[in-house]
Amino acid sequence: MTNVTDILIIGGGVIGCALARELSRFSASVLLVDRAWDVAEGASKANSGIVHAGYDAVPGSLKAKYNVEGAQLYPSLCEELSVPYRQCGALVVGFSEEDRDTLEDLLSRGEANGVPGLRIIGRDEMLALEPQLNPDACFALLVPTSGIVSPYELTFALADDAALNGVSFRFGVDVHSVSRESDGRFLVSTSQGDLFCRILVNCAGSSSAALHNQLSSVKYSITHRRGQYYLLDRPAALPFERTIFQCPSRMGKGVLVSPTVHGNVLLGPSAEDIDDPLNTETTQEGLDSVMEKVRLTWPGVSLRTNITNFSGVRAHEDSGDFVIGAVEGCPGAYEALGIESPGLSSAPAIARALCAQISEEQALTPSPETVPYRKPAVPFREMTPEEQEKALRENPLYGNVICRCEVVTEAEIVQAIHRPVPALHIDAVKRRTRAGMGRCQGGFCSPRVASIISRETGIPLLEITKNGGSSYLLTGTLSERAERKDRT
Amino acid sequence: MEQIITCINCPVGCRMTVSLNETGEVVSVSGNTCARGEKYAHQECTLPLRMVTAVIPVANSDVPLSVKTAQPVPKKLIFAVMEELKKVQVAAPVALGQVILPDVCGTGVSVIATRPLL
Amino acid sequence: MIREHVDILIIGAGPAGLAAAIAAREDGIDSILVLEREAMPGGILRQCIHNGFGLHRFKEELTGPEYAQRDIDRALELKIPIECSTTVLSVSKDRVVTCISREKGLRLIEAGAVILAMGCRERPRGALCTPGTRCAGIYSAGTAQRFVNLEGFMPGQRVVILGSGDIGLIMARRMTLQGAKVLACVEIMPFSSGLNRNIVQCLQDYDIPLYLSHTVTDIQGRERLESVTVSKVDERRRPIPGTEMVFECDTLLLSVGLIPENELSEGAGVVISPATSGAVVTDSFETSVPGIFACGNVLHVHDLVDHVSNESFRAGHAAASYVRSEKKPGLMLKVEDGAGVRGVVPQLIRLAPQEPVTLMFRPSGVFRNASAVISCGDKELMRRKAMIFTPGEMAAYSLKPELFAGLDGSLPLTVRIEKGDE
Repeated sequence: MTNVTDILIIGGGVIGCALARELSRFSASVLLVDRAWDVAEGASKANSGIVHAGYDAVPGSLKAKYNVEGAQLYPSLCEELSVPYRQCGALVVGFSEEDRDTLEDLLSRGEANGVPGLRIIGRDEMLALEPQLNPDACFALLVPTSGIVSPYELTFALADDAALNGVSFRFGVDVHSVSRESDGRFLVSTSQGDLFCRILVNCAGSSSAALHNQLSSVKYSITHRRGQYYLLDRPAALPFERTIFQCPSRMGKGVLVSPTVHGNVLLGPSAEDIDDPLNTETTQEGLDSVMEKVRLTWPGVSLRTNITNFSGVRAHEDSGDFVIGAVEGCPGAYEALGIESPGLSSAPAIARALCAQISEEQALTPSPETVPYRKPAVPFREMTPEEQEKALRENPLYGNVICRCEVVTEAEIVQAIHRPVPALHIDAVKRRTRAGMGRCQGGFCSPRVASIISRETGIPLLEITKNGGSSYLLTGTLSERAERKDRT
Repeated sequence: MEQIITCINCPVGCRMTVSLNETGEVVSVSGNTCARGEKYAHQECTLPLRMVTAVIPVANSDVPLSVKTAQPVPKKLIFAVMEELKKVQVAAPVALGQVILPDVCGTGVSVIATRPLL
Repeated sequence: MIREHVDILIIGAGPAGLAAAIAAREDGIDSILVLEREAMPGGILRQCIHNGFGLHRFKEELTGPEYAQRDIDRALELKIPIECSTTVLSVSKDRVVTCISREKGLRLIEAGAVILAMGCRERPRGALCTPGTRCAGIYSAGTAQRFVNLEGFMPGQRVVILGSGDIGLIMARRMTLQGAKVLACVEIMPFSSGLNRNIVQCLQDYDIPLYLSHTVTDIQGRERLESVTVSKVDERRRPIPGTEMVFECDTLLLSVGLIPENELSEGAGVVISPATSGAVVTDSFETSVPGIFACGNVLHVHDLVDHVSNESFRAGHAAASYVRSEKKPGLMLKVEDGAGVRGVVPQLIRLAPQEPVTLMFRPSGVFRNASAVISCGDKELMRRKAMIFTPGEMAAYSLKPELFAGLDGSLPLTVRIEKGDE
């Protein structure tokens, strides 16, 4: 494994992977490293999955610019990469005259940002559109172009496309420090040894300010803001067709209630500032605060069908806007820093802009040919009976259902394990195939998935992990304890 | 000496007080509500017995073999039985009820297979 | 697409499906097919290697695999076809079953009657909304049991068990016998839902403390589990601040309840009871969809497999009658849960039944020296005293046909527990 690369991207979230994909179209070697053992392991896997229309950001801010541009790229990007995306629309709900003023502000901001179709509606229309809404709500801003996406599946697809076009990925790489060598290259010292690159891109999310401050005299500061969520089982009928936001007020930003692209219902997030960005635990207080606010939107909410809770940590730059472009005073270094909401919506546009800047300033030449994206097969559960029959004829592994809650077959799990960025642990398979995402949360399928990973990769079963590192599933056989080298 | 035990015969779960003399014989049982309770108290306070069930690896199979003691064995020998079972080597095919380990720990009780393995 | 026909199709070859198939065959039904998604029949009993099964049915204590083998052997003797490694994808209202397997691909099977016998699944952590990290080392007790008993691997070494249902208790002993240290069994209710026998022989025998009215309030560990916090709860099951105990452990096993697995039933339009999470059925175990029957843990979660088998034999006989069109359901008597009673099955009884009807339910709490009372309006059909009713033990009462004389269905039957002196 070479430790020398033209371009080093630090951070395998949606921004890093989108940028890797853009840069893979040029004749330069690209290496992407991440502290975790898969891409999308930070905020990119644990957010609301909303493609915001762009009414929220202050006109003229980078957030507004990239959000609107990014949201426009989403339909074709998701089509191209076969990523679940749906323009389900949204309502921003208000409860008082004061809220009405805020909604008017959002409307005019949205219009200034170029968001189409915005309209303020009254209670009757609102309840006709969403009968489960709290009838105490008075007005709502209707946002027809608001969308939902599977944020981790988007990241996997971007990473796979990048990998197919030559980008290398290395995981479990903790960056300790960055400095510049006498020959002008960057020396990046990591938990897996020193790496050298000519061009450095900081997409390190919650660590992006720490990294930046080693490179530049202009200092940034990031607040780690944790958001906790409930995920409800797929109901027979969705309670809400659209994403329901609460009107931002003096009381805070409110929480959302939204369908997901897979037909689940997502509730959250809380907002609490924490010291350790890796602390993605949920807390009783955090979950209770979400539920209290959810009841305001959806009085009929029930936790009977809750299947999991999770949290993600947003990287909030204290000035409140994204920082994107060349690192000031450090030629060859670029960054996407302070990426919080609407970061997911903005990701495709940020990646494009950064790539354009890097390729121009660093005189990268376009690659003579690119490998077209290899779309993953349609999930078995989404095939028509005719397609299922054909798939079974061609690959009998489709006949073995491994995850019964989500109907995921052995064929799909094997495909995930062999994707360009391979799924080598239980969570990696889960997020790529949905095996273990259902109501039993892997109780049934996780031993089976572990066996298939072991068989396909040759990794002994005792070395299979939940999500990399030392997150081993098993501690030994019945006769002896496992002996392991410490991997972290 | 007195011992307090919970009866396991039915869901009532009577708390029984058992009086024992110096030689460990049961003198009296109280707190039980039926005769089965008294019988259980005698057995439990003089020679408690337990079935032991386990699985053992099979040389030529991915699936381990489930086994049990054919009769209950003294409770104090449970871990000794488990240790003995660790030393057992077995290969398929195995018939249900086949003796896997005769006279385990000198109890006169055999360990037998509880499933067939082809 | 291959289209086949069978008279009775049974989904699941666990104890329920096997018993239903045996009963239908013994009634002379030739065309029967049992579909099983696992590679072998036997269901969850395959991994329940402990003894204690079959006391009622066989008058002896068998292990799970032994109990299952008796039904498997009988099914083979009766030449009942059991297709394993076959997953049912859907059941339609008109009883067309879509299934897949590696060997035979996708198939559509039309059935004269369908018997749902898919069993149940364990509630996961999410059902409890337990806060903390999402690290490795958190398993449902049944998943751990599978690792140990069917695959020969240990899922952990220092263990806390949340929930004192029988599977949790059994796993406390199982892990201990394999050299793990079980630190505590934690139960949010003031009583255990497990059998006394398991509390004595799985916990007390190994000095494992049982914390009643306690629950897990925090889970810590970045990669693998490192500790859990256990707190005492008040009468409303809310954690009491200041009562926290921290257990350093690498494994948390959850034994926090079972839910009937009714996705296929719902897909077929079968009406589900909120009390049992299983189908609403008649006294012949027919669901709201004609010709679709349900029995075993998919209908309601049982305490003993003996009761599963018993119920499923009756369901098998009823399905056999149905395909012969011997009985047509007429007017029905509704059965309702009264005080102290949760989830009576069946929920509907034919007027003037010809055979005895068994009513089964779970008490909603612990009642001592209380009576089970079945009444209809002012008429009391049955009153039975018992020393104890507990949620862990299913109550079952058989009512003779003559008891139903004069009932016209205008009033429901109510089952309740009348409190006695504590």
